[in-house]
Amino acid sequence: MARMKFVCDAERCIECNSCVTACKNEHEVPWGVNRRRVVTLNDGIPGERSISVACMHCSDAPCMAVCPVNCFYRTDEGVVLHDKDVCIGCGYCSYACPFGAPQFPAAGHFGVRGKMDKCTFCAGGPEANGSQAEFDKYGRNRLAEGKLPACAEMCSTKALLGGDGDVIADIYRNRVLKRGKGAEVWGWGTAYGSKQAGQPGGAKS
Amino acid sequence: MKHHLTLIAALVAAAALAACGDRTQTLKSGVIADSAAFQGTGKPYAVPGWKQGDKASWEQQVKTRTQNTQNEYLKVN
Repeated sequence: MARMKFVCDAERCIECNSCVTACKNEHEVPWGVNRRRVVTLNDGIPGERSISVACMHCSDAPCMAVCPVNCFYRTDEGVVLHDKDVCIGCGYCSYACPFGAPQFPAAGHFGVRGKMDKCTFCAGGPEANGSQAEFDKYGRNRLAEGKLPACAEMCSTKALLGGDGDVIADIYRNRVLKRGKGAEVWGWGTAYGSKQAGQPGGAKS
Repeated sequence: MKHHLTLIAALVAAAALAACGDRTQTLKSGVIADSAAFQGTGKPYAVPGWKQGDKASWEQQVKTRTQNTQNEYLKVN
């Protein structure tokens, strides 16, 4: 089993926010907490691009590195999860995360910062799989039901891919080859080899 | 007098039960244990095509589902 990963295809994302809606609905995420967001670059300018952003379940996660109470852990599938019973709500993970994934509910008085909440790759938390306690704290555990993240499965244009890293990399590579462009992006050669669509043969990107 | 005793007993009982609604705030520490996804939920809501508790069948199910739900080239081309 490879690691579970997300990939967002900026050529396809139409900023419909269905991934955001699917996530909020599936996990009953409270008001003010967005586990997933759509970010638009160069908004309003021809050629604008949008990408859907959430926890990327980093292989070397900065949030895990800075957490003072070690509330994070990584599953065998590479999903970065955390234990809300251990989290003290300090917010260090929020400063460390390059994607702005950690969210903090602000439902209490005086802007009190609650336990951190973030995308779980629909894998729940340390409570028993599928239990009410798990749902209350982390949302639904779709992976344990043989499903994949709701955001990726609900994506209307299939811009957002989520699942086994090897499989979604194959899907994305095949897509770029079919449309004949996209391989010119920085890092393509490192990821998929240099001889790909839209790239001079033998050149390193 | 008896009425006062009953009232006091009711107040003491109410005070004693007041903490029963509180959630535990004990700080856990150490290694965080979590059951693997392939072990399933033990409930009938899982999608068919794999056996809960069987790692190999779960991995195959996830791979197949990824292709079926996210690779539209398998559907329209």
